[in-house]
Amino acid sequence: MEKAKKSAVLSALFMGLGQLFVNKEWTKGIMFLLVEAAVLLKSQYFINSIYGLITLGDTPQKVVKGVVVGHHSINMMVDGMIAILILLIYAGFYVLNIRDAYKSTKAIESGKKVLNGRAYFAMLWDRYFPYIMSTPSFLFTIFFILLPIIFTVAVAFTNYSSPNHLPPGKLVDWVGLENFVNLANLKIWNTTFIQVGAWTLIFAIITTFLNYFVGLFLALLINSQGIKLKKLWRTIFILPYAIPAFISLLVMRLMFSGPGPVNNFIASLGFEKIPFFTNPMMAKVMVLVINLWVGAPYFMALMSGILTNIDKSLYEAAMIDGATKVQQFFKITLPMVLFQTMPLLIMTFAYNFNNFSVIYLLTDGNPVNNKFKYAGDTDILISWIYKMTKDQNQFHMASVITIVLFVFVASISVYSFSKSKSFKEEDMM
Amino acid sequence: MKNKTNFIAKAAVYALLIFISFIILMPVIWIVLASFNSGTSLFSSSLIPKEPTLIHYQNLFTKTQFPKWYLNTLKIATINMIVSVILTTMSAYVFSRFKFKGRRAALMSMMLLQMFPSFLAMTAIYIMITKLGLINTHWGLILVYAGGQIPYNTWLCKGYFDGIPHSLDEAAKIDGASNLTIFTKVIMPLAKPIVVFVALTNFMAPWFDFIFPQIVLKSVDKKTVAMGLFEWVQKQQNTNFTMFAAGAILVAVPITVLFVFLQKHIVEGLSQGAVKG
Repeated sequence: MEKAKKSAVLSALFMGLGQLFVNKEWTKGIMFLLVEAAVLLKSQYFINSIYGLITLGDTPQKVVKGVVVGHHSINMMVDGMIAILILLIYAGFYVLNIRDAYKSTKAIESGKKVLNGRAYFAMLWDRYFPYIMSTPSFLFTIFFILLPIIFTVAVAFTNYSSPNHLPPGKLVDWVGLENFVNLANLKIWNTTFIQVGAWTLIFAIITTFLNYFVGLFLALLINSQGIKLKKLWRTIFILPYAIPAFISLLVMRLMFSGPGPVNNFIASLGFEKIPFFTNPMMAKVMVLVINLWVGAPYFMALMSGILTNIDKSLYEAAMIDGATKVQQFFKITLPMVLFQTMPLLIMTFAYNFNNFSVIYLLTDGNPVNNKFKYAGDTDILISWIYKMTKDQNQFHMASVITIVLFVFVASISVYSFSKSKSFKEEDMM
Repeated sequence: MKNKTNFIAKAAVYALLIFISFIILMPVIWIVLASFNSGTSLFSSSLIPKEPTLIHYQNLFTKTQFPKWYLNTLKIATINMIVSVILTTMSAYVFSRFKFKGRRAALMSMMLLQMFPSFLAMTAIYIMITKLGLINTHWGLILVYAGGQIPYNTWLCKGYFDGIPHSLDEAAKIDGASNLTIFTKVIMPLAKPIVVFVALTNFMAPWFDFIFPQIVLKSVDKKTVAMGLFEWVQKQQNTNFTMFAAGAILVAVPITVLFVFLQKHIVEGLSQGAVKG
């Protein structure tokens, strides 16, 4: 048999054999060998974990004589996923090991020196520098971002929910597409989903445009000619952006609450108190208005920069041609600003679609709507999902809606990203 | 005639500026005054304190765990900032300067991952942190923060690094500099604005976040300020309001000052991310 093939076959039988016995690459060979040995030693763990992921357990947990016995479906699910992710990384190494055995033999046959010990590590560091450097980020991303996402998606195909399928006292089972079918067919679920979804869309659209154009207006106001104390105005106007939003939102919530100072003031004038957060329509308007207070200054700060960078000669030329201020705005300022901030506008829309904190901190989704399942009138999809997980333990439905939400927001963002500069630059590389 | 319209226009602009400032400052003034108000509840807080007092600030330090929370947050914020900057700049450097297998796939998946609202996966995050034995520890929280910021900030930094001329690294390479030296001595100093931005946002994040601490931290003395304040408002809305006001101010003032002071960097960093994608 050809030497390189022999080496590859050996390495395929057991990682590192080809490198060790055909190529005499001791350092590399031993490293590969150790990787496989470690996995084999732990094979029982991998088998159990994956078996657990498939079955999700058969006896619920309980305490017998002070010891916990039985299965915790959700832990088993996560264990199984971790095992699979580790095995996938391992499989990657395995393939790498076989290819390396083959290629190294060829290289050695054509006269390449075998590197061992320190020389090998030096080569490794140099050649695999990008991989080594990004390993920490890679591992973090796999286990703290990817795994939780996979888990959340998987839960959509289970019945993980209170009260009958909530570990540790109860078991969770795989149910296939049942939850998706229920979302489509059960009236209470799909009414809630459609109406909350509609409000989410309305909220995202209105709030984005409102914040954008009011921001532009504020920037124009500050930049308008002959205004004194520009710096002072600017600093005041940027304040809502500088103050941590979670504080200003909580403050607003208290200010406009039933017994709060605004209603106190209104009452002291002899008028009736206004149900800012208890009337559904009013609450929605309040959310939009307060989010304007919080969000417009960011656009203002951004647009001031753009406005000052617009070529002054454009305006001079327009003035000579007899264009009015209004014409100048619509023909010069607005197109310039729009052009430069378009990607941002789309990103902000996607952001507002999931603007959890403004809803959660201001109204908590209230007032409660009895026609909705676990949602209130001002709830947007993400705050509804949060309530379902945190307060109601309806993990299965929460996951289904998370998937729908994610697909929607991701497609918007991917679309806008595919139009962006960095993507196109990336293509040219 | 022209002068007169000009004057009116100007007056209108000033009126508008003052009006908007009033709307912006109203909640700020109110919360500041409320923190000096005697009494504890929302009901009794009249706008101008009748007997201004510092008692709430005093109580905050003597009767609650607030100072502890403050130090916790400071610690978490600082470590998170350092860890995040190291992780992010390292991977951004790699993605910006090297061509390797899986590069494009990795970039695309990071783009997608970054769009997933990570706190929705809190169940899994909770289990992961428990498995690592880091439940109810600050390190658990730091891992969640530092991990969560990687995709977005890597993109952001990569975009900036791309703008640094490659000829600089090549020159350094000819002089015998290693990859690591190029990274620390050439790229990092030139990327200062974006590094400052990433550091700053990661420093600030723990001061605002009230969701992840609720998942990771259990005991009272481990809490962060955002979590503590949030719980005060949630649980004791009408009985301990002035305490919240005082606490909110102690959190908001340094952050706001830092922000106003560094606003140029922040706005630049944000628009950088937005325009670049």
